[in-house]
Amino acid sequence: MSNPNNVSLNINHDLEFIDGNALNIPTLSILTEDGDIHPSANAPDISKHTALKLYETMRFIRLLDERMQGAQRQGRVSFYMQCLGEEAAVTASAAALDQDDMIMAQYREQAALHYRGFTLDQFMNQMFSNELDLGKGRQMPIHYGSKALNYMTISSPLGTQIPQATGYAYGQKIKHIDAKTGELASTIDNVTICYFGEGAASEGDFHAGLNMAAVHRAPVIFFARNNGYAISTPADEQFKGDGIASRGVGYGIKTIRVDGTDALAVYAATKKAREIASTQGEPVLIESIAYRLGAHSTSDDPSGYRSKDEEANHQTCPIDKFRKWLVKQDWLNEDDDIKAKESIREEILAALKRAEVVAKPALEELVSDVYDTPIPLLQRQYEQLKEHIKQHPDAYPITAGRIK
Amino acid sequence: MAKMNMLHAINSALDITMNEHPQACIFGEDVGYFGGVFRATSGLQEKYGKHRVFNTPLTEQGILGFANGLAAFGAPALAEIQFADYIFPAFDQIVNEAAKFRYRSGNEFNVGNLTIRTPYGGGIAGGLYHSQSPEAYFAHTPGLKVVVPRNPYQAKGLLRASIKDDNPVIFFEPKRLYRASTGEVPEEDYSIELGTAEVVQEGTDITLLAWGAQMEIIEDAAKQASEQGISCEVIDLRSILPWDVETIAKSVIKTGRLIVSHEAPITNGFGAEIAATIQQECFLHLESPILRVCGLDTPYPLALEKEYVPDALKVLAAIKQSMDF
Repeated sequence: MSNPNNVSLNINHDLEFIDGNALNIPTLSILTEDGDIHPSANAPDISKHTALKLYETMRFIRLLDERMQGAQRQGRVSFYMQCLGEEAAVTASAAALDQDDMIMAQYREQAALHYRGFTLDQFMNQMFSNELDLGKGRQMPIHYGSKALNYMTISSPLGTQIPQATGYAYGQKIKHIDAKTGELASTIDNVTICYFGEGAASEGDFHAGLNMAAVHRAPVIFFARNNGYAISTPADEQFKGDGIASRGVGYGIKTIRVDGTDALAVYAATKKAREIASTQGEPVLIESIAYRLGAHSTSDDPSGYRSKDEEANHQTCPIDKFRKWLVKQDWLNEDDDIKAKESIREEILAALKRAEVVAKPALEELVSDVYDTPIPLLQRQYEQLKEHIKQHPDAYPITAGRIK
Repeated sequence: MAKMNMLHAINSALDITMNEHPQACIFGEDVGYFGGVFRATSGLQEKYGKHRVFNTPLTEQGILGFANGLAAFGAPALAEIQFADYIFPAFDQIVNEAAKFRYRSGNEFNVGNLTIRTPYGGGIAGGLYHSQSPEAYFAHTPGLKVVVPRNPYQAKGLLRASIKDDNPVIFFEPKRLYRASTGEVPEEDYSIELGTAEVVQEGTDITLLAWGAQMEIIEDAAKQASEQGISCEVIDLRSILPWDVETIAKSVIKTGRLIVSHEAPITNGFGAEIAATIQQECFLHLESPILRVCGLDTPYPLALEKEYVPDALKVLAAIKQSMDF
């Protein structure tokens, strides 16, 4: 567009408004409920190895979610968030990336982290905030992060990761820009994916992040998980436009909507999005449509804000759908699958028991990492605290016996 | 050495950084070709390219969100907020994100590469929204460093130290002095250690403490006091967080008296923190109550700015009050 206003000046002599929902956005669907490829759809090129890894990740996360929900009810962990109904959206998108691409997630994307290689014990150590937790026991359960796996540590404030993903992706792009022309000189080796919910997309950071990504052409894949609810608030009380996808067009970002219960559709869309981001050096928006089958977290009960009828009408299980396809491909044996689930359940329980008896972090972890090195005033507070605990060891049983 | 004003000195520190690190980026509103509304980034886009020195859309929360991401990636992120009065949309990205990035991840990730530059303070007929001094809000946030220079030499050395420091730093620039303050500044690279105050004038009767643009006010008051036979020790705090308790306490133990002066409103201003700490450190050495000469608890005014600001006359009156206690 070559005018100062940066708009398409289609002069029109009739007074007419464009409808607020003028876009008729399609939803990509590849798999049927029965695990067949839709007659008019093209299955993505996915290897047996990747497909099985994708399935095994979803299967594992469903079992972990079931067990940890129970563990919270037993009072063993303080808090938990399940991914029920969105396993395919999270796992298949992660499977379409390179291992070294950055993942900046919201909080319900444990499947992406497990796909990368985060172990059962690592999950447990974080949830029990013990001394083996990479986060040093500082954040509530499910706030995972791993530098080695390129998974940015989760932050509770909603949407803050969105403009950060733009900045991170811009950093990934800089070395590929020709300094003289300012143009992309080579394919960007690693990009960033940014997950968020349809509720978080109401935050100012969403607008800031997408607009800046478009303007500065950051190679970031925005992955909106539209699961219908933000805690108790339904999507129709969150926005009036056509989902989150319609906004991508407003920002000048290539956009697609996919069936989030369809692992193959999510995989295909994310593969293509990654190709666009890395070769064109620009952002892409994917809106995944699924239904949050469980509660927001262990702190709420959906029966208080949605009907049983509604829940009954949205019971598509993304794992089951993909499992049926795998069986039809002859890549998965159902008996083996049942046996595997049994052994995973046992492994989860054993890991839970291991993690809950590991010691809490040492007292020094209270003051480390506030800065790269403790500032003098904090160092002084720490020394005073140590003296106080030494004088009242019974009141501080977690750290009293281990003070240096 | 070259004669520079504060803008030249800041520009020089940024230039050295851009030259030193091929992925360093400068960004903010109007900082590109135009060089910023105060021209602090003048000529840098021409030198380092549009991909490393660029205008952002008008979104402070976006600038800081972007900056946090870029810094986490590992590139020096030199973000400008056009006026400190407009930093508040970015408060969440600074206070909940930048400040806690290292701690919440157990040091898996950090944004030590982040430096936020922003002009602060009054004296330019800017009224409510081009005059504020919001340093105390940020001083209440563990994980941040807060720095304020008083002249061009200090500005370059402290900015370079802020950029090289492996923690997120907010660098408040006294806009009233951008062109008004000039001095000899080395053209080569140098740094001034963060977290250290500087005794700029030794004295024996009373300690005067300030930072940034307020330094010239207390130096003026000290001069007038000396004409009346009162010897003032004048100290520039330079770093608000972390702050140099030792240097201040040592001075107050010697003089027995302390006045802290800042432009921001008095209630819960950083002077309150200094007064609380110093009375604890120096209780038995104090000859009079610690006094604060600050802005009133009002929004920053326009027509009545002269009445509002803690000027040299108000500082001088406080010096006499302290001496006569």
